[in-house]
Amino acid sequence: MSKRVVLEASHAVAEAVKMANVDVVAAYPITPQTHIPERLAEMVANGELEAAYIPVESEHSAMSTCLGAASVGSRAFTTTAGQGLELMHEAVYIASSMRYPIVMVVCNRALSAPISVWADHSDVMAVRDTGWIQVFCQNNQEAFDMTLWAFRVGEDPKVLIPVMVNLDGFTLSHVTEPLFLPEQSEVDRFLPPFKYQLALHPDKPTTHGAFGMPEIYTEVKVGQEVALRKSKGAILQGWKEFGDIFGRYYSPVEPYRAKGAKTLLLTMGSLGETAKMVIDEKRDKGEAVGLINLRLWRPFPFEEFRQAVKDADVVIVFDRCISFGGPGGPVCSEVRSALYDQEKKPNVIGFVGALGGRDMTAKDFEYVIDRGIDVAKTGTPELFETVGVRGKVSGIRG
Amino acid sequence: MAEKKLKTAEEVTWKDMEGGNVITEPGNASLRRTGDWRTERPTVDRGACNKCGLCWLYCPDGAMKALEDGYYEPDLYHCKGCGICSQVCARKAITMIDEEEL
Amino acid sequence: MEKILEVRWHGRGGLGAVTSAELVARAAAHEGKYAQSFPSFGPERRGAPVVVFLRISDEFIRTRTNIYEPDFVVILDPRLLRVVNVTAGLKESGKIVVNSRKLPQQLKSDFGFKWPVASVDATKIARETIKLPITNTAMIGAFLKVAEVVRLDSLIGELKERFEARAEANIQAMKRAYNETMIKE
Repeated sequence: MSKRVVLEASHAVAEAVKMANVDVVAAYPITPQTHIPERLAEMVANGELEAAYIPVESEHSAMSTCLGAASVGSRAFTTTAGQGLELMHEAVYIASSMRYPIVMVVCNRALSAPISVWADHSDVMAVRDTGWIQVFCQNNQEAFDMTLWAFRVGEDPKVLIPVMVNLDGFTLSHVTEPLFLPEQSEVDRFLPPFKYQLALHPDKPTTHGAFGMPEIYTEVKVGQEVALRKSKGAILQGWKEFGDIFGRYYSPVEPYRAKGAKTLLLTMGSLGETAKMVIDEKRDKGEAVGLINLRLWRPFPFEEFRQAVKDADVVIVFDRCISFGGPGGPVCSEVRSALYDQEKKPNVIGFVGALGGRDMTAKDFEYVIDRGIDVAKTGTPELFETVGVRGKVSGIRG
Repeated sequence: MAEKKLKTAEEVTWKDMEGGNVITEPGNASLRRTGDWRTERPTVDRGACNKCGLCWLYCPDGAMKALEDGYYEPDLYHCKGCGICSQVCARKAITMIDEEEL
Repeated sequence: MEKILEVRWHGRGGLGAVTSAELVARAAAHEGKYAQSFPSFGPERRGAPVVVFLRISDEFIRTRTNIYEPDFVVILDPRLLRVVNVTAGLKESGKIVVNSRKLPQQLKSDFGFKWPVASVDATKIARETIKLPITNTAMIGAFLKVAEVVRLDSLIGELKERFEARAEANIQAMKRAYNETMIKE
């Protein structure tokens, strides 16, 4: 029987890590993630969670420690944000390339410079190609649920890929709101103990971290890519089982009032919830608009995405990050790419905003949708419009 | 020290920002009004003050101004009301007064 | 659109404004409502003005933006009235709840507020109950008296859980402020 509690999202994450009975927590505090390692340290200190809490000296060490832990078959967890994620970058690549199912919660934070502690997606976009399974959360319930689910999926013997769970910094990580916590017995049914077949052990010696000569590097990398693509099956299975046990079902692409919508707004993360209010208002006025919440970022859910937008004329993509000098916002460019070969494809309009914690209100989303519809009619030479920027901007051309 | 009027964010466009957010005006941290933090302010009783300068020396924010006539006066734009000046004054010439009283 | 009560708390870093809003949110949620609380951030510093947001509703709250048009503003330190525009965006139907030793009518005339003002000397109450000039729990009492949106005894439960050994004094502070808060429409 689940229990309705009131927790800050960071603490909800800590609860999930505790219920998942991790073996090792190695983390370095960084705003806005600090409440997660603080709470976990507290739990380990007071015996609530039986785990090794290793207060490492940097994020690079945090991920390196998790690599070591995973190599012997320990369930490992870490968490970071912004600069911290960048500091551990090489180890992030190694985690997925070593096929270690580490779980990391990232409280998305804008990258310096200028120094910012506030939310945007530049940190996670910088690790786009690292080969991790990546999902985004909209609220506290999802923060708990996705963290728990992450262990299950990553550790599946057919998967063995680390999982990154993204929460918008402050605007989600520091929000206190009600959510449901399951019983430990339910969690135990969902998440079996981690059994890593290739673990370092004297009884069954293996070598981890070997050299990859040009003759075989390609083959290992292709194997990694195929595994990430195929993990989709386990991802969906994991969400199905999650729903069956806990009553909440998740999917890679979640349409909201999208049936019959001619215009769709695509968002990732907690801003989607604010945007949904605008969708409701517009729908009440008879406008055929809907929203797509992109939950699964990697592996990109091409099939579900194309299905979700097939009847739309316009897809407005809201990116929370600038991909400098490239083909537009990261999500928008991938959306365009996903639709490139389609016979019938909607007009894709890009917006970038809510950078470095700039607040994105319902009014702002209203503007984005109305302006997106306009631009779809008139066309624009600009790759994207930056919402709320002071001063006219032009010259961001494709 | 604080006569310059700060622009609000709303008045600044992206073109006004220096690349890398480099700040070209030296020492402009003094424009930041930290006096807002204060809940009490120091007042100097000149009758008791002997101009020893301990308050000026100990103020952690450099918010005690040395005046031409040798006396000292708090710079209320920056003074955070920590009360150290009042504590170290050898003549007990500095009293902290609640801001709400004013 | 669901009816959401929006409250903006004005405090200073280190004086517990975040805790106030959070405890009210928790109490509201435990009463079966939906609630959301979060701080508006700046680099944290003791003594600097901070703002905390609180929303309460009977339906799931989806908006996650800052609060621009609050129904209530709660001010934990009277000196903030001079340095922060505490009533920015306050709805016409809004109310002001202030920690001050001045009576509501005095505050109304001093600052020219057109909204109803409620005041209580929370600093005095705090010094006498919890022996510290930290007004957050007292101001919860003041807010509850004016807003009538969450029951006092729901907060008693929250305070007990949060403060454990120090709960009694904080509950005293809250109750006294609740009783002593005066309102001028």
